[in-house]
Amino acid sequence: MANELLNVQNLETVFNTPGGIIHAVNGVNFCLNEGETLGVVGESGCGKSVSMLSCLRLVAMPPGKIINGVANFKGKDLLSMPDEELRHVRGAQIAMIFQDPMTSLNPVMTIGRQMEEPLLLHMGMNKQQARKRSIELLEQVGIPQAGDRLKDYPHQYSGGMRQRVMIAMALSCNPQILIADEPTTALDVTIQAQIVELVIKLREQLGMAIIWITHDLGVVASIAQRVMVMYGGYIIEEAPIKKLYSNPTHPYTVGLLGSLPSTQRGKRHRLYSIEGMPPVLYRKPQSCPFAPRCRWVQPICREQLPGLDNIDSDHTVRCWVDIKTGKVHA
Amino acid sequence: MTTSNEVLVKVEDLKMYFPIYSGVFQRKVGDVKAVDGVSFDVYKGETLGLVGESGCGKTTTGRTIIQLYKPTAGHVWFEGKDLATLKSEAMRQVRQNVQMIFQDPYASLNPRMTLRDIIGEPILAFGAATGKEIDDRVADLLTLVKLSPDFVGRYPHEFSGGQRQRIGIARSLAMNPQFIVCDEPISALDVSIQAQVINLFEDLQQQLGLTYLFVAHDLSMVRHISNRVAVMYLGIIAELADRDEIYGNPLHPYTKALLSSIPIPDPKYYETRKRIVLEGDVPSPANPPSGCRFRTRCPIADAHCAEERPELREVTPGHYVACFKV
Repeated sequence: MANELLNVQNLETVFNTPGGIIHAVNGVNFCLNEGETLGVVGESGCGKSVSMLSCLRLVAMPPGKIINGVANFKGKDLLSMPDEELRHVRGAQIAMIFQDPMTSLNPVMTIGRQMEEPLLLHMGMNKQQARKRSIELLEQVGIPQAGDRLKDYPHQYSGGMRQRVMIAMALSCNPQILIADEPTTALDVTIQAQIVELVIKLREQLGMAIIWITHDLGVVASIAQRVMVMYGGYIIEEAPIKKLYSNPTHPYTVGLLGSLPSTQRGKRHRLYSIEGMPPVLYRKPQSCPFAPRCRWVQPICREQLPGLDNIDSDHTVRCWVDIKTGKVHA
Repeated sequence: MTTSNEVLVKVEDLKMYFPIYSGVFQRKVGDVKAVDGVSFDVYKGETLGLVGESGCGKTTTGRTIIQLYKPTAGHVWFEGKDLATLKSEAMRQVRQNVQMIFQDPYASLNPRMTLRDIIGEPILAFGAATGKEIDDRVADLLTLVKLSPDFVGRYPHEFSGGQRQRIGIARSLAMNPQFIVCDEPISALDVSIQAQVINLFEDLQQQLGLTYLFVAHDLSMVRHISNRVAVMYLGIIAELADRDEIYGNPLHPYTKALLSSIPIPDPKYYETRKRIVLEGDVPSPANPPSGCRFRTRCPIADAHCAEERPELREVTPGHYVACFKV
């Protein structure tokens, strides 16, 4: 058994909006082991980003509020830790990269200054050391003429290079966990391939654990070892990557994989489409959140929330129905 | 799917340059060559996929074909007329037959108009119907795109992204067009909704015999929906062939790299696959490389590629490639 780095229990996050309270995350449990890459998959609004942001208390509060939960990072609860202490965890031990590298870089600061900031703050370096380390980091993520490019501003970098800078900044303090929130969604497919290759290479070199949030089942297949699928603020299926793709068990996972076009030659099949839309979570779902769109739905699905049950030692599913027989689990 | 050999739209050496002005006197200092000599045919009843990375000119090509931009040079033949030289009123009449569906379903619908007004506007503009007939037609169109006809009095903000895209589709179908340019119609939608909209596109094509130019960057969706696929790079077409031919036997080094970067939803695939990862970014279309546009990132480029621009030539029947090395 590998060492557990992060253990999250019963995490619940809500948002107060003018239209009412939105229950974005409704009791999420997961753990992350050292050196492991965990994929978090789901459609927009399923709570995948909010649950990871909540672990670092990065949700804007208000309107957001973490109403329940524990996030143990090396034996300390991130959710109840004093702000000062959390600040030493964020950036230094748990780093984050975001979807849009343009809005997460400051447009009026040079890349160099932004790179040096965490080094001065968390690593206690002086200016020269920080500059030298920044150049090393930029070279590590494959930016040519790194020394000169430190003086440039973010708008002088292309989208892919900005994401490389974000990765370099995230790695600057040797974090144990890297949370990547849709880091390749805004990029072209060839640039996306570059970034994924880079992260895989850096993972081998540095041995950090990664949480990779994405809606792209293709990208996650190339990088993750274990995947959690989220829907309506719940984890609905969790399994090692190969099991999830070879034996998807929750109707939503089956639907997601089926809605992808085939990569095989020859006659095209009709895409499997999940009818309807994801729910708006003004009420915490008391029954299965997927029931209104599910083709295997049974009466019990509309009445009670299924638990996250093990169907195998490392494969859990939140569903009442056995989709192979179409009947409710015994 | 029925596709014929009848050419519906013929694009010849289409160019679209956007001028760059600079300095105090706003002098013209150059051109962004967004589309720089593109030729292809679109057959009646087919779906031609147009793929490429952002900035390669695929959207501009689509927009220039239906004359949302006045082309710098070249011809677009449709029903015996050259759309590039038509006067505005004549072009307006042609627009009944050539329509466009836009990428962003949030920006392409007027938030202050009801569905009746949005979908009925083309009918009103061409004077094709009046009063009650318009309402009937709008209700029919809503049913066609699998929305409830009861929605006619509602506003766009009441709908989700997938539903809005259906509204955009209904609007484009209002005048029974033959040819529709779909500009990234699914890239703003969630995965499960994408499949719904793609299925709708296929159903409509079958029912109405539509011809699509399907512009997208999602290579696996383009593979699914297209009969033939054209790959663009920096304003030119690098390769064009039947869907199975281009995905099974890509010849241009750019196509090879592009296809190998598609994320495949199968973890076993990654145990064996070696990716071709391209170095660097797409160069600026304001100052493209000499000779072959792709040579700066090409793994097999040599001196010849820098001197001369490779023309798109037919290497096997129906398979066109612009590369010296093939």
